[in-house]
Amino acid sequence: MTDPIRPVVEGVPGAGGGGMAVRLPLESTPPEGGDVQVIASGWRLALREFLANRLAVVGLAVLVFFVVFCFLGPVVYHTNQSLTNPLITDLPPGGSHVLGTDDNGFDELGRIMAGGQTALEIGFFASFIATVIGTLWGAIAGLAGGIVDGILMRIVDILLSIPYLLIVLVLATKYSATVFDESMIIGLFAWLVPARLVRGEVLTLRERDFVSAARVMGSGRSRLVLRHLIPNALSVVIVNVTFQIADAILILAYLGFLGFGLQYPAASWGDMLGSAQQYVSSGYWWLVYPVGGCLVAVVLACNLVGDALRDAFDVRLRKR
Amino acid sequence: MTGYIIRRAMVAVIVTIGIAVISFLMLHYLSPSPVYTVLGAKTSAAAAAAWNHAHGYDRSEPAQLLTYLGQLVRLHFGYSYKLGQSVSALFKENAGRSAYLTLAALVLSLIIAIPLGVAQAVKRNSLGDYTATAINFTLYSMPSFFLGLILIQLFALDLGIFPPTVSDSVTTTWQAFTHPLQLTLPIVTLAAINVASFSRYMRSSALDNLAQDYIRLARAKGLSERAVLMRHLLRNSCLPMITLIGLSIPTLLAGNLLIEVLFNYPGLGLLFYNALGTEDYNILLAYTVLGGILTVLGNLTADVAITVADPRVRL
Repeated sequence: MTDPIRPVVEGVPGAGGGGMAVRLPLESTPPEGGDVQVIASGWRLALREFLANRLAVVGLAVLVFFVVFCFLGPVVYHTNQSLTNPLITDLPPGGSHVLGTDDNGFDELGRIMAGGQTALEIGFFASFIATVIGTLWGAIAGLAGGIVDGILMRIVDILLSIPYLLIVLVLATKYSATVFDESMIIGLFAWLVPARLVRGEVLTLRERDFVSAARVMGSGRSRLVLRHLIPNALSVVIVNVTFQIADAILILAYLGFLGFGLQYPAASWGDMLGSAQQYVSSGYWWLVYPVGGCLVAVVLACNLVGDALRDAFDVRLRKR
Repeated sequence: MTGYIIRRAMVAVIVTIGIAVISFLMLHYLSPSPVYTVLGAKTSAAAAAAWNHAHGYDRSEPAQLLTYLGQLVRLHFGYSYKLGQSVSALFKENAGRSAYLTLAALVLSLIIAIPLGVAQAVKRNSLGDYTATAINFTLYSMPSFFLGLILIQLFALDLGIFPPTVSDSVTTTWQAFTHPLQLTLPIVTLAAINVASFSRYMRSSALDNLAQDYIRLARAKGLSERAVLMRHLLRNSCLPMITLIGLSIPTLLAGNLLIEVLFNYPGLGLLFYNALGTEDYNILLAYTVLGGILTVLGNLTADVAITVADPRVRL
């Protein structure tokens, strides 16, 4: 029941979301069950739509820039990020330290690169964990239906009602020393939303003819899930991954800011902002704004890409 | 209607029990007993075992869980051995200040976000719309503490209008209320982050409504544009906000925590943060469960409120 006079929502700049806030469906119409197209052309259409969105391309470029900057930057710009140097603390930018030094005598630019590495690694790893668990959980619930679905989704409801930041912080008091730990903590409670999304998608998909056909041809449950349902629910998952990355990087920053981040000497942007807090009044701006700007830029870029992907995959919003 | 509310309430009760069980088991796993907090780290194993036995910490997990659930029903949230007070008393002391901060920020953000979203929808794709969207998008991607740091730099250190942190002399909710300068920066920071997400939904909801026939009818029968917007568009566009507010409680709690820590404002968030540092697990457990209960209540209230506000929502 597509509204014939649906307003000018193409692009919906600014609609949708990332971050920790709630995401309501912006469109009131439920996903339809009837209009399946040839998959390949659907993907190509989506790609074309995505590339036509200038903001999305900018967001993608920013992400690529940060990957190069954080992982290849240290190769070119050598800094000492493991031994403190009390002789050169809090130097203003200039000379051999492009962005100055922090209160431990670490080069700030080099530290931003190191912090960016951990942020990106944890962002990708945590969203990977969350997506894998969430996709399987949602697919199984949607396919099994009945009481299994009921139990699996009630578990999701319960976990989703526990405020995310609180429970992650509690876990971080014991386990947050390494990139792996931190990714596990963040990913362990981030799979709930993808589980819901995938279940919803599977519920509409499993009524489609091609699924019945696969069943008739004797596909087993696991084949049905892995070969037919998950690939077709993939667009929803891909859109969600980008928001997951943004969320994970934000949560990591919160943990670091509150002092429950990675263990020294590993760098993280949240930690850097947390320790810079006391120097705001001393006027050490280079300890606050460059790293904060990088954090906002990366999260913003993820959100832009996610929004654009959603618009690109959403057939109903596509310009015809 | 009544049947629907009863059914929803029963689900809410089950979810609440689930929250309590999962939180308890997780926290219990992290910290089985506060014995070393009470008796000191050098306590002998025998003394620790005796204390555990006297306080029921040597019983099986299910038994302890049942006791805990029984306490929860009577609104006993346990005892903070670090602070030497019952958690309920600590919550009672801090809840008012947190509620004031959160509600003030919520009201302020709605006052800004609703007109802003409608204005953006009416003047869609204009320069103003794009500017507002860009600012919203940036705020939305910004950790609240970073925004807070910027505002502190600007308004407290450079311009000197507001204090950089809330003064220690603000101890009661009433004092917080009567010293608006002290609380301006925390409230504005928290509100700005909410405005970013609220106004996006408001804009898209207003866009949906603008294309509806009833708006065309209102214009056709000769209503002034102002009346069309105020009387018809605004009220209908606000409906999704009910759900949004109900769902935003976890976000509000998280924002509250960060802002209270940043501005050193004594509330539940700061209490929780300090408990993280001292590993005061009873406070951590209680606040997590309380947050879960508030989330469930928020969802339930929003679901009921939307059926009252919007007669089209059929049960």
